[in-house]
Amino acid sequence: MTQNPIIDIKNVHKSFGKVEALKGVNLRIEEGEFFSLLGPSGCGKTTLLRMIAGFEEPTSGAVIIGGEPMMGIPANKRPTNMVFQSYAIFPHLSVSDNVGYGLAKKKMSRSEIAEEVNNALAMVDLVGYGDRSAHELSGGQRQRVALARALVMKPRVVLLDEPLSALDKKLREQMQIELRELQQSVGITFILVTHDQEEALIMSDRIAVLFEGEIAQVATPQTLYQQPVNERVASFIGVMNFLQAQATESADGGLGLEIPALGDVAIAKAARPEDLPAASIDRIGVRPEMLTILFDESDHAECESEGVVVGASYYGDMTYYSVQLPETEELTTVSMRNTAGRSIVASGTKVRIGWGADSIVLFS
Amino acid sequence: MISPPLLYALIMLAAPLAMVVTFSFWSQNYLDLDTTITLKNYKEAWSKPIYRVLILRSLNISIMVTLVTVLLAFPMAYFLSFRVKRNKALWLFLITIPFWTSYLLRVFLWKVILGYNGVLNSALMGLGIIDEPMTFILYNLNAVVITLAHAWAPFAILPIFVSLERIDRSLLEAAEDLGDGPFRRFFRVTLPLAMPGVIASTLIVMIPTVGDFITPKLVGGTDGLMISNMIQIQFGKANNAPLGAALAIASMVIVGSVSLVIFIAGRWFRGRAQ
Ligand SMILES: Nc1ncnc2c1ncn2[C@@H]1O[C@H](COP(=O)(O)OP(=O)(O)O)[C@@H](O)[C@H]1O
Ligand SMILES: [Mg+2]
Repeated sequence: MTQNPIIDIKNVHKSFGKVEALKGVNLRIEEGEFFSLLGPSGCGKTTLLRMIAGFEEPTSGAVIIGGEPMMGIPANKRPTNMVFQSYAIFPHLSVSDNVGYGLAKKKMSRSEIAEEVNNALAMVDLVGYGDRSAHELSGGQRQRVALARALVMKPRVVLLDEPLSALDKKLREQMQIELRELQQSVGITFILVTHDQEEALIMSDRIAVLFEGEIAQVATPQTLYQQPVNERVASFIGVMNFLQAQATESADGGLGLEIPALGDVAIAKAARPEDLPAASIDRIGVRPEMLTILFDESDHAECESEGVVVGASYYGDMTYYSVQLPETEELTTVSMRNTAGRSIVASGTKVRIGWGADSIVLFS
Repeated sequence: MISPPLLYALIMLAAPLAMVVTFSFWSQNYLDLDTTITLKNYKEAWSKPIYRVLILRSLNISIMVTLVTVLLAFPMAYFLSFRVKRNKALWLFLITIPFWTSYLLRVFLWKVILGYNGVLNSALMGLGIIDEPMTFILYNLNAVVITLAHAWAPFAILPIFVSLERIDRSLLEAAEDLGDGPFRRFFRVTLPLAMPGVIASTLIVMIPTVGDFITPKLVGGTDGLMISNMIQIQFGKANNAPLGAALAIASMVIVGSVSLVIFIAGRWFRGRAQ
């Protein structure tokens, strides 16, 4: 990490009366990053974003943007621009006037403004829409206008509050990719607020997971998925099976795991999180795709155990099986890619489950 | 088939209007009506200075009353909408309290307040701020403006309040986010979006004010007489209903045109607020 992050949030607290929305948040966001604030509704994401924008002041702590403390600096003087959840398109102005709204104050001639506006509209694929008024636009187009209106200001940071949540699934997925590509081509830092873990994984360079006003983990999408720091993060990001386990210290510095539902396995020292005493382990996590149903006699895995298929959900490309493993009451989810010539295993079938030391997620 | 609301509108609105229009093309021969169609009344209304003076004065007064009322109502509505966080309903209720007394009573109260030996003069003299009673505050234009501005206040506040309430607050934040300070933001976003309410208030206050005849009569003195007082005289004492009708139609057309201009100007301003 560099010495000078574009955003530096230091021990920020925020209370609304009795509600403590943020409880000591520390966060550094690098220049040019696509950074996401991810968490369930009400965890304080919007509050944190609005604090960066200048619409809320921290109760205590500091927000530093580009090295400058933002204390007391109003939103109109900050190098940030926001894409609002409702898009906040001015209903009395045309698309062009919306996009050019913030330029009116800069010392630019009419023709310069018109050119900037056209460039911004081109960036979001809205060439020729300049003369329309706000109510003649679809949801996706409004979202693009809001984005162009922010980008045309050439801010150092673009703040986006659940910008895609109002769009239907297909459009949302398309916009996720477009937004990501746009961010990479302009190179401006984007901070995205979302409650959709999949969206955060697809779009972000790094993600901060928030629960109840506190940051649980800040990591790249891969790290977040593969090494969630605790069970809460693990179950919020994707699907995670939790199984009872006991651990013993082994001579090489690794761990010996006894998992009643699966069997025994040795975890190497390198794969073991630091300062995690064996005695503190009572549950481990396994992702559905890290368990495999061994269909053929000839299929083998590092470790094998047995279970009974209880149900199956067919998703087209994937099938999610609910499997009853021994010594555990809860059903375990196993996902299998559907390949040619393989039919769905019927309920009640006894299957062999393949897994390995790499399948296991340890929580500190 | 004629639906009941249409029938109601016809009987209550269209029929009296049609009668007034018809009357205005007749003429009065001492005691009986001459029903031959003539433009005589309109010619008289147009050529006699007294009528022009009265119509212009009525317009003048109603524009002043409207200006004062709307300019005072806007900050009140703004305060209610943006500053009051809780109990908005209670505040609205308080604003309507003056309506609990009859209009006449309120006009008389203003007489008591503004009169030669009234509350205001006594108080100011008692405090030694003035030596003798001020006379320019009653029985003239000022008194009419003050009384009417007070009477219309709730009617003007409510439409503006409603249009301010309807402004999505994130629009104001967006304006600020895009670089506007409070002042620019007000003129570029708040005011244009509140314009429908402002126009509604303007028309609600202005149109009935032109036609008011009680207030001028009670507090206006001779300087404060308005066209409606003259219309009333024509229908009554002067016994010239056709002329009264022509005056009524003429002032209606003028008020209608002015309203239309205000309406269009408001639309134009809203669209141009860049
Ligand atoms: N202006 C406010 N007044 C009172 N409480 C607020 C205000 N803004 C947010 N909160 C509270 O702070 C908490 C966090 O809200 P928010 O940041 O909007 O969450 P998120 O965006 O993650 O859903 C919630 O409990 C919410 O009710
Ligand atoms: Mg939110």
